[in-house]
Amino acid sequence: MRSFTYERAATPAEAARAVAGRQGAKFIAGGTNLLDLMKLEIETPTHLVDVQDLGLDAIEETDEGGLRIGTLVSNTALSAHPRVRSDYAVLTRAIQAGASGQLRNKATTGGNMLQRTRCSYFYDTNMPCNKRKPGDGCAAIGGFSRQLGVIGTSDACIATYPGDMAVAMRVLDAVVETVKPDGTVRAIPAAEFHRLWGDTPHIETALEPGEMITHVRLPAPIGGRHFYSKVRDRRSYAFALVSVAAVIQSDGTGRVAFGGVAPRPWRSEAADAQLRNGAAAVIRTAFADARPTEDNKFKIPLARRTLASILAETRS
Amino acid sequence: MADKAFLSVSRRGVLQGSVASAAVMQATILPAQDKPSSTPAPTQMPVSLTVNGKSHTLNLDTRTTLLDTLREHLKLTGTKKGCDHGQCGACTVIVNGERINSCLSLAVQHDGDEVTTIEGLGTPGDLHPMQAAFVEHDGYQCGYCTPGQICSAVATLEEIRKGVPSHVTEDLTGAVQATNLEMRERMSGNICRCGAYSNIAEAMTQVARG
Repeated sequence: MRSFTYERAATPAEAARAVAGRQGAKFIAGGTNLLDLMKLEIETPTHLVDVQDLGLDAIEETDEGGLRIGTLVSNTALSAHPRVRSDYAVLTRAIQAGASGQLRNKATTGGNMLQRTRCSYFYDTNMPCNKRKPGDGCAAIGGFSRQLGVIGTSDACIATYPGDMAVAMRVLDAVVETVKPDGTVRAIPAAEFHRLWGDTPHIETALEPGEMITHVRLPAPIGGRHFYSKVRDRRSYAFALVSVAAVIQSDGTGRVAFGGVAPRPWRSEAADAQLRNGAAAVIRTAFADARPTEDNKFKIPLARRTLASILAETRS
Repeated sequence: MADKAFLSVSRRGVLQGSVASAAVMQATILPAQDKPSSTPAPTQMPVSLTVNGKSHTLNLDTRTTLLDTLREHLKLTGTKKGCDHGQCGACTVIVNGERINSCLSLAVQHDGDEVTTIEGLGTPGDLHPMQAAFVEHDGYQCGYCTPGQICSAVATLEEIRKGVPSHVTEDLTGAVQATNLEMRERMSGNICRCGAYSNIAEAMTQVARG
């Protein structure tokens, strides 16, 4: 691990200023993803700004009847919150489908939104990777791509956003609240938070340099039955090959988002509109522009069958 | 002064004996040719921790993980280093009542925290009920993963008691039951190469039932 200096910030704006004002500085919250990458020298921050003292560790009710989740709320605490369990069950299900108990205790809400890809070529510093080093090339294209993306990818990068929590956040139309170094705040819809890779796969989110997540806001509950189905190589503690987050209403309408397939949780309103026509219709619409590899083309029928299983349950 | 403190807490006798000054020590750790100009010199900071009820104040390189702090600086070698990347669970300890991977945590993040390691749960003459249950049910073979398994198991039962749901909890709004299936799911972050899983789940179930 490269050496770094370390400080604890006292306010969100101070934290944002501390990161923006110093080249190579990064925020650290739980650190479960960042430290893993620092040990491999994929991440080489020269200065860490620890945000644990900012008091952003509460879940508050909003005037609209939703919830405002402090960025430091742990995955465990968020998944166990009574309101989340009763009104946003897809979120509890998604969080509990990810990582291990130890990691969920340490990993935070904001940090999980920023989880970096698990592409094995990104992790192997002997391999070219446009995400690690812009312009380096991509060893995953033409390599072993079973785990990698089938849609929303580019000629520069076929990695996926690997997490589960954000897939539920997308289906719930959550909003990411941030503070910039100048103290101004903004709200970024989950739909716009993760970028498609395009020519710049090293830029992964809509956040500007030094901009810090302070909260994630959930709109008022939308009712319906909540599902999160994750298909993986082991029954527990593995990243998704495909995951499906769905909220289905009693009339068969609803929302659906897919994980493990794209640079961001993959959802389209056009695909949502096909839910009453069955899983095949949804998948045809959601994955119309898919560009899978030979290794990972199985993900599309797997997504169809996973969704079909959920829809069958809603009819039972 | 800071470098001298670093030398005094390192157990790498071979390094201590082979370097004449702190400056040489630093060069040994970070070869100049590999060091980008922006990388700062190794930085040390004071960290105060309570480990198994005993307070410690250490001066540590900011890079020191909680795991290395316990093993290398406090000589509490019960906590094991397996993968060092949060994948195996051998390093599991209990911090402020919750289990975490001590390998994926910096000591400086834990200033003021209370840590419980396997040494703090029980002693050979006075075993924690979970330690006794692991012995009774043969919850291990080689034993390398066992300290992490036991710390994880103790904290898992506490999570169930507090009603934290899991991936296999069917009813999210009801009470969580301490079933065998729940134990297996919740312990998936602790890998056992000897495959003692079924016995570990049985040991946990026995403790859960009191």
